Amino acid sequence: MTNELITASAADLAARLAAREISSAELTQACLDRTAAVDGVVHSYLHVDAEGALAAARAIDERRAAGESLPTLAGVPIAVKDVMTTKGLPTTCGSKILEGWIPPYDSTVVTRLKAAGMPILGKTNLDEFAMGSSTEHSAYGPSRNPWDLDRIPGGSGGGSSSVIASFQAPLATGTDTGGSIRQPAAVTGTVGTKPTYGGVSRYGLVALASSLDQAGPCARTVLDTALLHEVMAGHDPMDSTSIDAPVPAVVEAARRADVSGMKIGIIRELTGDGFQAGVQQRFDESVQHLVDAGAEVVEVSCPSFTYALAAYYLILPSEASSNLAKFDAMRYGLRVAPHGIDDPSAEQVMAATRDAGFGDEVKRRIILGTYALSSGYYDAYYGSAQKVRRLIADDFTRAFEAADVLVSPTAPTTAFAFGDKIDDPMAMYLNDIATIPANLAGVPGMSLPSGLAPEDGLPVGFQILAPAMQDQRLYAVGAALEARLLSAWGAPLLHSAPDLTAAGKGA
Amino acid sequence: MSELTRADVAHLAGLARIELSDDELDKMVGELGIILESVATVQNAPIDDVAPMSHPMPLVNVTRPDEVRPSLSPEAALSGAPEQDQQRFSVPRILDED
Amino acid sequence: MSQATAEATLPFEEALAAYDPVLGLEVHVELGTNTKMFCGCATAFGAEPNSQVCPVCLGLPGALPVVNEKGVESAIRIGLALNCEIASWCRFARKNYFYPDMPKNFQTSQYDEPIAFNGHLDVELADGSTYRVEIERAHMEEDTGKSLHVGGSTGRIHGATHSLVDYNRAGIPLIEIVTKPMTGAGERAPEIAKAYVATLRDLLKALGVSDVKMEQGSMRCDVNLSLMPKDSTTFGIRSETKNVNSLRSVERAVRYEIGRHAAILSSGGKVTQETRHWHEDTGITTAGREKSDAEDYRYFPEPDLVPVAPSAETVEALRATLPEPPAARRKRLQSAWGYSDLEMRDVVNAALVDLIDETVTAGASPAGARKWWSGEIARRANDAGSDVPTYAASLAVTPAHVVELESLITGGRLNDAMARQVWDGVLAGEGTPTAVADARGLELVQDSGALQAAVDKVIAANPDVAQKVRDGKVQAAGALIGQVMKEMKGQADAAAARQLILDSLTD
Repeated sequence: MTNELITASAADLAARLAAREISSAELTQACLDRTAAVDGVVHSYLHVDAEGALAAARAIDERRAAGESLPTLAGVPIAVKDVMTTKGLPTTCGSKILEGWIPPYDSTVVTRLKAAGMPILGKTNLDEFAMGSSTEHSAYGPSRNPWDLDRIPGGSGGGSSSVIASFQAPLATGTDTGGSIRQPAAVTGTVGTKPTYGGVSRYGLVALASSLDQAGPCARTVLDTALLHEVMAGHDPMDSTSIDAPVPAVVEAARRADVSGMKIGIIRELTGDGFQAGVQQRFDESVQHLVDAGAEVVEVSCPSFTYALAAYYLILPSEASSNLAKFDAMRYGLRVAPHGIDDPSAEQVMAATRDAGFGDEVKRRIILGTYALSSGYYDAYYGSAQKVRRLIADDFTRAFEAADVLVSPTAPTTAFAFGDKIDDPMAMYLNDIATIPANLAGVPGMSLPSGLAPEDGLPVGFQILAPAMQDQRLYAVGAALEARLLSAWGAPLLHSAPDLTAAGKGA
Repeated sequence: MSELTRADVAHLAGLARIELSDDELDKMVGELGIILESVATVQNAPIDDVAPMSHPMPLVNVTRPDEVRPSLSPEAALSGAPEQDQQRFSVPRILDED
Repeated sequence: MSQATAEATLPFEEALAAYDPVLGLEVHVELGTNTKMFCGCATAFGAEPNSQVCPVCLGLPGALPVVNEKGVESAIRIGLALNCEIASWCRFARKNYFYPDMPKNFQTSQYDEPIAFNGHLDVELADGSTYRVEIERAHMEEDTGKSLHVGGSTGRIHGATHSLVDYNRAGIPLIEIVTKPMTGAGERAPEIAKAYVATLRDLLKALGVSDVKMEQGSMRCDVNLSLMPKDSTTFGIRSETKNVNSLRSVERAVRYEIGRHAAILSSGGKVTQETRHWHEDTGITTAGREKSDAEDYRYFPEPDLVPVAPSAETVEALRATLPEPPAARRKRLQSAWGYSDLEMRDVVNAALVDLIDETVTAGASPAGARKWWSGEIARRANDAGSDVPTYAASLAVTPAHVVELESLITGGRLNDAMARQVWDGVLAGEGTPTAVADARGLELVQDSGALQAAVDKVIAANPDVAQKVRDGKVQAAGALIGQVMKEMKGQADAAAARQLILDSLTD
């Protein structure tokens, strides 16, 4: 790593930018140089906007030079998950059906990033329409895990997790429908938060499952995550489900890092059996760190979590089948003529385009959702799933009466190898077992690194869950744990990741 | 629990406007069967007398005032169109459906 | 594809001798809000194609709906005016089906939770009786775009090579008002159907929620009809005739479908449950495409919108804004104006109630208002294929003109014949009544000397007639008055002439 700018934290970079020790243009160029060096092997990006990012960086530098008072993260560049619309920049959602689509409008998140003065480096890869846990379902090829290029970087936000884990960007945005921020963070040794549902505007996020989707921050430290959280969050009148309340004091909580007197609840159903030994071991150690920091540990039971995966894989496909109906070759995106039909009708063109434009996983979920909503099956499937959802929310309510936050490993295993689960959808779905309940109930969750699993040397994620609109508790606990782990490790975990430039040369 | 037949999947694909090839259909029938068997377990949960939950947050009455906001320009609106003509989206002939 | 050929029909009387019709009407009303139901785009009719669209109503990826407050208020007011119960909690639902003029490929509508339900509307029939139409529900939804079919014949969908879609209308708020099945209507079914739509139109207009222009599609009617044998109480299979868009057509379509169903049933056939198209020109219906599976709309609660839960206070506040119901208003005005039943019916049928009300309010006499608005102008409006209010508006003839004309008569400047000439001038666009009278030199001769001279001259020229008057045959004076008027070139006050003649001959 030739340039220490790329390994520095966003908080540190922001301070140095504010003090005019570095310029945004210089920092942005360093990120772009890193991308040129390593993205050939990592493949975090679907689109890099070097020119736009540098122009934005220079504009910020000029404003700062003119003495303007700027937002905290002004000048710190960021990568945006390619499921958020960016005016003038391609937005594909990792799908062929949107190849080359350039939205005429910015998502609210992107509007806020721009207002915060953050240069946008590019758009990061994802499983097609965020359906997946590995980025293997991206139509443009998978992203790779910087810890081991033969392993998945998580999904759907594997582009965002790998872009920060490979030091191409200090920050990235993510979206989390069933764990797509937290699971990629876990398997890449980075930090990611799914805020309370409604905490961040969904306007301009290409919807997967509207009642589950939530955008959030991805970063390398808890404080950086909080700083980005603060930029992204807040009420948006363009999103009916946006919470009209002040953003929780996440930055302050991250800075205080205080867990003394807090009750930490271990979810009985999300530990033990089914979790890789090293994952469980690092989890237990982290819990002990929190106890050492002054927290009290209790065990809670959430019996309905047993049904969470089943409910999730009914609700998500149902909503997705409807949300993805708009991709029909009429107004934007791909248009494919069916084979062997002269003068095809709109209906035939729609069906041919949707077959050619969607990947297998997307088709599978659309058809599953179509089934779950169809007359005669609605009550048994979608209806029952919505009732299970209520049970899960009730479990959370009870658990949060006993504990201030709940904790679990983020994912049952460390990063698996490409191809391991691609042919077995159920095995792939099981990977989301610990992250899904938070989406069903709308509560916030964070994943941060808790070390490397001894058996494979790969990062393990520690998940923290808090009651709705108490996102700051994630940061208090996360920062306290991070501080203790950091002093135990002696250096950030990512510093022990392999040198990618060597791999780049080999590739 | 009902078995999904090949004809069922073909019917669903038709509803979802996806023209699956024969191979795709064959593969889908098997995969969906396994997934359905798994997700059908929601019916085993203690859900009698439980109210369905469609929204994670209990918000109501979120509205906006009836005030005009700027629209896109027609050029921007049509910018992604696969085909356009006379400032309209040009689409293949539409079957008479109603 | 359907061809516009008529199927067999049974004569109306014969059909009704054997069967009882069961009628149901679904009326779609476009609300006259400034903006669309779920976005801030303007709703003006006739704008340039695709100039009133945004990411939301174009269904662009990522866009989200937000409910128009005025749309909900209008829906509640319509519900209240239709004597409905208003839901204390209801939701929007997605109705999923693919169609190129529907940008999201689902319509945001309401399903099993309409905003208003269980109401009624009393409809007055020509014979003075009242029929109570029970209202099943009124719910909120959005309109679709408009397709222009190119190629083939005369813009019809059949035979077109492609279509051009304008989404300006997509997302305009609609209220769908659905009646319960109407039974017991017998031979009055066509009349009831027409009267219901007319009454509903007047009510919606009085509410100020829509311009209810059937010819512009802002009010559209679907006619559901089935027959059951005279001795049966089991409903038959119904047909659904779409887009019957004039009052006259509603009546004709019901009549036609009664005859068509009866012909099928009486020959032992089975009516097909299907959508039918109404052909205005030929007065028949034809079968639409077989719907097969398209009926499975896979409704589910719209996850991008939150429930609508109007408080009792809100509902009562809206109830207080309701105008007087049109039927009650007509009764009140008839009594105030002193019109006979027949006169009032004529006025109502000619859509003159509002115009006469305005004119009387502006100071004209009820008799005068009726006379001037229903004479020459009614004939001309009819010739122009329009109604009086529309025609008067096109000519810029106003109630104030009628008031002015009347004051010229009562002030003694014009007699009735002269006033007719002046009114013709006003209708010809020559200006205000005073201006027309001035320009045409129309003014009663006030000079009693000149009138006396004319009277003397006429008496002298008609000694026989004068003698009859002297002998007490006062009605003979009429012939002399006519001659005096002729002598005065019409510019005399006939009453004054009569008085002078009588004075001259009876002293």
